Amino acid sequence: MLATSFVHPDWGLLHDQFWALTVGGLTAGSIYALVALGYTMVYGVLRLINFANSEIFMIGTFGALFATKWLGIAPGADAIHTGFYLVLIMGVCLIVAMAFSGTAAVALERVAYRPLRKRGATRLAALISAIGASLAIQEFVAFRRGRNFEAFPRVANRDVLFTFFGAEIRTDQVFVIVGALVMMVLLDQFVNRTRLGRGIRAVAQDSETATLMGVNIDRVVMLTFLLGGIMAGSAGLLFVFFFEVTKYNIGFIIGIKAFTAAVLGGIGNLRGALLGGLVLGLIENYGSALWGTQWKDPIAFLVLVLVLMVRPTGLLGEALGKARA
Amino acid sequence: MNTLADLRGKVSGKIPQYNVRDAGARWWAGLPRWARVVLIAAVIGFFFVLPSLTIPLIDTPTPWASVLFSPIALYVLAALGLNIVVGYAGLLDLGYVAFYAIGAYTIAVLTSAHGSLSFWVALPFAVAAAMFAGLLLGTPTLRLRGDYLAIVTLGFGEIIRITANNIEWLGGPRGITNIPRPSDIGPLHFEGLNAKPYYYVGLTFIMLVILMVRAFERSRVGRAWTAIREDEDAAELMGVPTFKFKLWAFAMGAGIGGLSGALFASYQTVITPNNFTLQFSILFLAAVVLGGAGNIPGVILGAVLVAYLPERFRGLGGQRVFWYGVALVAMMVFRPQGIWPSRRRAAELADPEAGEVLAAVTEADVERIEEELEDVSLPAHELEGHHDG
Repeated sequence: MLATSFVHPDWGLLHDQFWALTVGGLTAGSIYALVALGYTMVYGVLRLINFANSEIFMIGTFGALFATKWLGIAPGADAIHTGFYLVLIMGVCLIVAMAFSGTAAVALERVAYRPLRKRGATRLAALISAIGASLAIQEFVAFRRGRNFEAFPRVANRDVLFTFFGAEIRTDQVFVIVGALVMMVLLDQFVNRTRLGRGIRAVAQDSETATLMGVNIDRVVMLTFLLGGIMAGSAGLLFVFFFEVTKYNIGFIIGIKAFTAAVLGGIGNLRGALLGGLVLGLIENYGSALWGTQWKDPIAFLVLVLVLMVRPTGLLGEALGKARA
Repeated sequence: MNTLADLRGKVSGKIPQYNVRDAGARWWAGLPRWARVVLIAAVIGFFFVLPSLTIPLIDTPTPWASVLFSPIALYVLAALGLNIVVGYAGLLDLGYVAFYAIGAYTIAVLTSAHGSLSFWVALPFAVAAAMFAGLLLGTPTLRLRGDYLAIVTLGFGEIIRITANNIEWLGGPRGITNIPRPSDIGPLHFEGLNAKPYYYVGLTFIMLVILMVRAFERSRVGRAWTAIREDEDAAELMGVPTFKFKLWAFAMGAGIGGLSGALFASYQTVITPNNFTLQFSILFLAAVVLGGAGNIPGVILGAVLVAYLPERFRGLGGQRVFWYGVALVAMMVFRPQGIWPSRRRAAELADPEAGEVLAAVTEADVERIEEELEDVSLPAHELEGHHDG
């Protein structure tokens, strides 16, 4: 019954499992954060909710799956590799997943966004176009791959790496968290240190002035989608590596979570996406320990509303190009 | 009158691609009053006999009358409600299905699960509950800016669905069954096999809602909504209490959504949380934007298309949703303003720079000024022909 479970949260479970819940939350959270980057970058540059980013992520999971098929790895005990081969397999999967997602993201921009941008359409129209693209991509994949879960082979053993206050930390969890962090640091450096990154920040700050200064907006927008897609692709690999399944509509729930994470951290803010993702993952895990897993999603959204009431632009505020009202 | 004529010329001159529509509007305004009454009566009459007609090509695989009510009439109602929020006030609501669900669940609880009220007695409660939910959600969240509001409303929609799914009192995942059908009114007898009475009731509600929304649109409230949509900060500076009017829009939209949901519940007699997924919020939003946000006929057209096309093309089976998605993209690429946009929106899109000027002076304003000027010099009955645009 609702009343009893809400009046009596299970503090004991939270206390006993605290570190395990924390690591679990960070693992899920780092995947949210990677996908959130796709939303936050596009929002920062175009002020537009890239609703189809969830599908870009889903395509990335399939990219990784296809890569294992091409390498001749099928689900089963002999899929497990170690050392150099493991690194090679993961590298190929990563590149293929990124290529799939990056291509899809750029194609998406060309087909569903650019024509609207050229016509000066409202952002609402762009949102509907994105929703349409999202449905079409999902159905296309469902048409080609069916509507059931497909298994991703377990390519690495899930050994306990170390024990932390009684919580067993496994290699796969560490891999996901570290992998996501590396990708995000790379992106952050790219945006903040390189010439192309400067173009992105310039357009995010003031697209008209950027045009006057000789920045090619179309190229910047394409690059933004490409980077968002690459991040979503790497998230796709981490997702199938960790959860070991995917299907045509897997992006939906991750997409909503990632968008929530982006808003929570401050949409348009790269570091905000990281913080938002991790915080969201933690809240979900602690919340479901306290009140039961069936309340996981409502708790996450409730926290989002509460945070936005106190900080209306998210935890770190909006800023891809730095302070912008 | 020269200056006004010039202004009118400027306004319509900026919207070259809407000549057909302007010509239609002029033709309509030029008709004598009796002719307009007859035409409106004929159109209403046509909609009342529509379920009895079998029109080749238009007909659907499932019974035509039931398609007309559910989904078409229900979607039209919901889209009219969402249009207040999205089209008039410019607030992006991605969780509108929550209000639809609250209307449906209120009916289900009061007439079946925990009460035995008649449908007609429970209906006002359903609308009130949805409006109250609108106020409850709007009060903390309407201070947020556009896209933040979108994600918060999306979250609200999910919270309502998941809560219904988790609470045993609301039937949990099995939902609520045995929702009684409405009691007879006059010759209308509500039963499962005949959707016509439901359709007549739905049509009546649609007409009432249209009258109400039009009255609001042309009042101070409607102008306040437009001002908020165009530039919220400017509206606030001009003394429009933006928060209050946004909340109004939210509550009214919610109430109409609740009405639609209530009708849905009594027609289905069974509701489960799965009837209220995010997908429906998206469909309602698609209806509003596809048709032309802010324009009642456009929104109705959009809702009819969004509801009707999937029913018509049931034969396509698995590829239906794919083509639906492609159609949405194509529509937005080729006609981002919607099929039948409001004049103001069309003007803004036709010329982005002129849009700002035109937002201040549109054809409707010109007419209003004309009326006001003419009121001074001419007897009122001679002006009847110029009122509608």
